[in-house]
Amino acid sequence: MSAGSLAEHLRLACRYAGVSVRSQLQYRASFVMLALSQFVVTAIEFVGIWALFLRFGSLRGWTLAEVAVLYGMVHVSFALAEAAGRGFDLFPGCVRMGDFDRILLRPRSTVFQIAVQEFQIMRLGRFTQGVAALAWGAAAVHAVWTVVGVLAVAIGVATGAAIFYALFVLQGTLAFWTVETLEIMNTVTYGGTEAAQYPLSIYRGWLRTLFTFVVPLACANYLPAGWVFGRADAPGLPVLIVCPVVGAAFLGVCLWLWRFGEKRYVSTGN
Amino acid sequence: MSAYAAVIGARFRVLLQYRAAAFAGFVTQIFWGWIRLMVFQAFYQSSAAPQPMSLPQVADYIWLGQAMLAMFPWNVDGEIRDMVRTGRVAYEMLRPADVYWVWFCRAVAQRTAPTLLRAVPLLALALVFFGMRTPPGAAEALWFAACLAGALLISSAVSTILNITLLWTVAGDGIARLAPSLILITSGMIVPVPFFPVPIRRVIEALPFRGVNDLPFRVYSGHIPATQAWQVLTQQLAWTMVLVLFGRWLMARGLKRMVVQGG
Repeated sequence: MSAGSLAEHLRLACRYAGVSVRSQLQYRASFVMLALSQFVVTAIEFVGIWALFLRFGSLRGWTLAEVAVLYGMVHVSFALAEAAGRGFDLFPGCVRMGDFDRILLRPRSTVFQIAVQEFQIMRLGRFTQGVAALAWGAAAVHAVWTVVGVLAVAIGVATGAAIFYALFVLQGTLAFWTVETLEIMNTVTYGGTEAAQYPLSIYRGWLRTLFTFVVPLACANYLPAGWVFGRADAPGLPVLIVCPVVGAAFLGVCLWLWRFGEKRYVSTGN
Repeated sequence: MSAYAAVIGARFRVLLQYRAAAFAGFVTQIFWGWIRLMVFQAFYQSSAAPQPMSLPQVADYIWLGQAMLAMFPWNVDGEIRDMVRTGRVAYEMLRPADVYWVWFCRAVAQRTAPTLLRAVPLLALALVFFGMRTPPGAAEALWFAACLAGALLISSAVSTILNITLLWTVAGDGIARLAPSLILITSGMIVPVPFFPVPIRRVIEALPFRGVNDLPFRVYSGHIPATQAWQVLTQQLAWTMVLVLFGRWLMARGLKRMVVQGG
């Protein structure tokens, strides 16, 4: 893609996002309510974690503040991916109704058109809540924050967003074969968020393997944050390099699968 | 009476259509419950301090929570929402039956059918593979069954109230979206109620929602002794009565100010 074409795609993406945001703001009270309810729904999870730490003191050597950082990172990642990846969530409906045929006719790549068609701002609720937990945890934790440490957290959040986004792409891709929404994917999207709220080291081998080598969510928070906190149970890896590479590779594979699925696409319309 | 039975029966047949969604939900819940269980195991290994519940009791609590998830008053009835939005709700008032009890019966079906579909296989798997135990004795099992019926009544009464609030907030379904998360934490779905610090527990104990999950689940594992289970059931029935009266009052107010457009 040349620089000119990239700028033109970016401009187009902003146009799409602008339209989507404006339409969502038409029902302002409804939007506020949705964002607020999402804030509350995700915040009560943290109240639960707080109550458990009050009882048990620590979790295999991890403190509440450290877990708050893990929790904040994964929720911010997920909120970003959810807001941007909503188009892929709606995609199975698009296939079912035959709307995908129209998208195939337009002079832009299908991935691009699906990706930009909706930007969901109600995800602001989870995002704000994640940022709050992350900020509190970072302030309360016994660690000196260096520039590299902050960078590691930022890289983790970006990696996590890329992985969750890739999962939404994958969920959409599967619709080329199944024509319906595969709710089974919720185990790795919502279930992955749930699991990654805590350090991965507390889980049994199969789950650690799943979230390290199959869906590499370990790179989203456990490895970078564990490295910053100098945790012995987090394996020492040059996280600043490995994590983003793994995240980008995972997204690349899912986008490749999309192209593969697209070739097999058979319209349901008439 | 047969009219109300017919409402429940008809809703059952509609709700049992969604088998694929039920299977996906089933797998997700097994996964979810397993994660929860591992988190608790790790917490128990981190502290030697005495805890309000034993780990096996927590395991029973978690799996019952996953199995009975669909019985939890977490959403509104989509058809009622559409009825209010389109004005078809006016027809509801023409039926030769009490609107409140028709809606209550819909809620009973909504809370029972998906639960039956999921709970039986999920509990079977949890009992065989995932560390759930059977109740310690026949008394606990029988009382649990009775309290589960009580939980269904509370849940249906709360669901009906959520549906009635749609008469006011059609578009954003405001309360109907916010309330479930508050019910979620005060019913023990997030963390078993005994783990909360005392001040929060006091608040939770003054609310009806722990009758949906917390109390029956603790009766199951024997955490609440079978000799005290009658108190749980009494409390559930009393709360149901209060919630039904409140729901009827709310509905009367909602229907009085309702204006139906169109001709």
